[in-house]
Amino acid sequence: MTTPVLALEGVRKEFGGVVAIERIDLELHAGEIVALVGDNGAGKSTLVKIIAGIHPPTSGRIMMDGSPISFPNPRAAQEHGIQVVYQDLALADQQPVYMNMFLGSELVTGPFRRLNRKRMIAETETLVRELDVRIPSAKATIRELSGGQRQGVAIARATHRARKLVLMDEPTAALGVAETMRVEAIIRSLKERALAILLISHSLDQVFRLADRICVLRHGVQIGVKRSSETSSNEIVAMITGLA
Amino acid sequence: MTSALRGIDPSRYVVHVGFLLIFALFAVVLKDDGFLTSTNLLNIAQQTAPVTVMAVGMVFVFTAGEIDLSIGSVVAISALIAATVMREYAWPLAVVAGLGTGIGIGLLNGALVAYARLPSFLVTLATMGLLAGVARWLTNLQSVPITQNLFNNLFGAGRLAGIPSLVFWTVAVVGIGHFIHRETRFGAHVHATGDNARAARAIGIRIEQVRLAVLVISATTAALAGLLYAGRLHGARYTLGETDLLTVIAAVIVGGTHLNGGIGTVTGALIGSLLMGMLNNGLILMGLSVSEQMMVRGLIILAAVALTLREPNR
Repeated sequence: MTTPVLALEGVRKEFGGVVAIERIDLELHAGEIVALVGDNGAGKSTLVKIIAGIHPPTSGRIMMDGSPISFPNPRAAQEHGIQVVYQDLALADQQPVYMNMFLGSELVTGPFRRLNRKRMIAETETLVRELDVRIPSAKATIRELSGGQRQGVAIARATHRARKLVLMDEPTAALGVAETMRVEAIIRSLKERALAILLISHSLDQVFRLADRICVLRHGVQIGVKRSSETSSNEIVAMITGLA
Repeated sequence: MTSALRGIDPSRYVVHVGFLLIFALFAVVLKDDGFLTSTNLLNIAQQTAPVTVMAVGMVFVFTAGEIDLSIGSVVAISALIAATVMREYAWPLAVVAGLGTGIGIGLLNGALVAYARLPSFLVTLATMGLLAGVARWLTNLQSVPITQNLFNNLFGAGRLAGIPSLVFWTVAVVGIGHFIHRETRFGAHVHATGDNARAARAIGIRIEQVRLAVLVISATTAALAGLLYAGRLHGARYTLGETDLLTVIAAVIVGGTHLNGGIGTVTGALIGSLLMGMLNNGLILMGLSVSEQMMVRGLIILAAVALTLREPNR
């Protein structure tokens, strides 16, 4: 087997003596979608925050491409090719799509370092076309878009910047059925880009539609990791709830 | 809405239309009172210069989702310090001292807002009062005359090729301000910070630096406005800039900049400021009393703000 893009080895997190995550060992490979499931308070979001560099782990190691690494802040994680798609989107509503796409890493041109709007618009249009995110225009402001279109933009942005890993925290939680399907199609297409994807979702149907492997957490304890093709919804529910 | 108009916010152009309408109205009604003469029009441009300069700074502050109430006091204190320095030293040093005062106050406001995480409304309300007191105490309520004519010409009453120097200052500040606000990465970060600070931070924008910077910009433009007043009046007094805060805010908001952050234009603020100056001028030429002028101006601002700030679908 190839070296995993990211590997968690015995990662543990305590907040002032309260154990949020007991111990997690998990490998994420390029071109693979791993789902993280568990009830509220199981530690899913904490784990995402550890990988994103928001919280440091109390103990354990994070390995990237086989070598140990630590992220003192979110910027460090981003610099190592990790991007997060947040549940609450994190888009600037009153700015156009292309500015959101390049937010914080805007393209400039000329001696006065003028914003290169033309190129940002062109690159945004290429990207949304490739990912089949259907928005009216790269120049549309975010507030003109539907929830699904916004999530599409957020995912496109993460994809554009991530070289290694995209973390998604409930990417379809706020969406209707048709929009969820669109976003799922976009997520599926990310596999072809050789990115590793860690997906948090409360919808087991969605998890089975998308994920290659499923990691179950309960009260901060890793109950197990199963291949989706070798398990069933019932088994996962039993693992989540602890009721066999 | 047709596809050609998609993305164009009609409320953004209220000020331009309003400006043209009122200009046309005054041009007709006040034809015989000299409204349209080049002397009068240059006079309007000259009188609005300090407000326009401050409005440019305030656009940055509003776009970042903050407010700066201290600009009026900064005007007075920078002008007084520059005038005092000029009693002993050459004017370039006084200019540095005046602008330096503005930058220092901006850093103070900015540090309290960005790093001590206090609301800019309260911070600048406090510094407004504090500095107004300092300005009075500094000179014992006396005015300080300026006798260095080069300074007075450069910052106030001088002309080049028939154009008042104040007009040059306005054009320079508006031009540079527009470029930074609209065409640079910093400008984009100001917009993002005012629009969604959490998102901006998550994406790696240093929002503390943005907040500090906009308050420094605003105080610096206020200090420059102080120098412009001092140059035009050949002296400084603690009352300078006293009544400008509301005019600046009105000009900026009428110009299409949102008080809540994320949206703003420097060119709109220029038109807004000229509109305020034109109203002032026209209402005086019409022979309205001071109280009538205030009432008419208030109503027009109210109408403009109502038209500009009606939020679509919210």
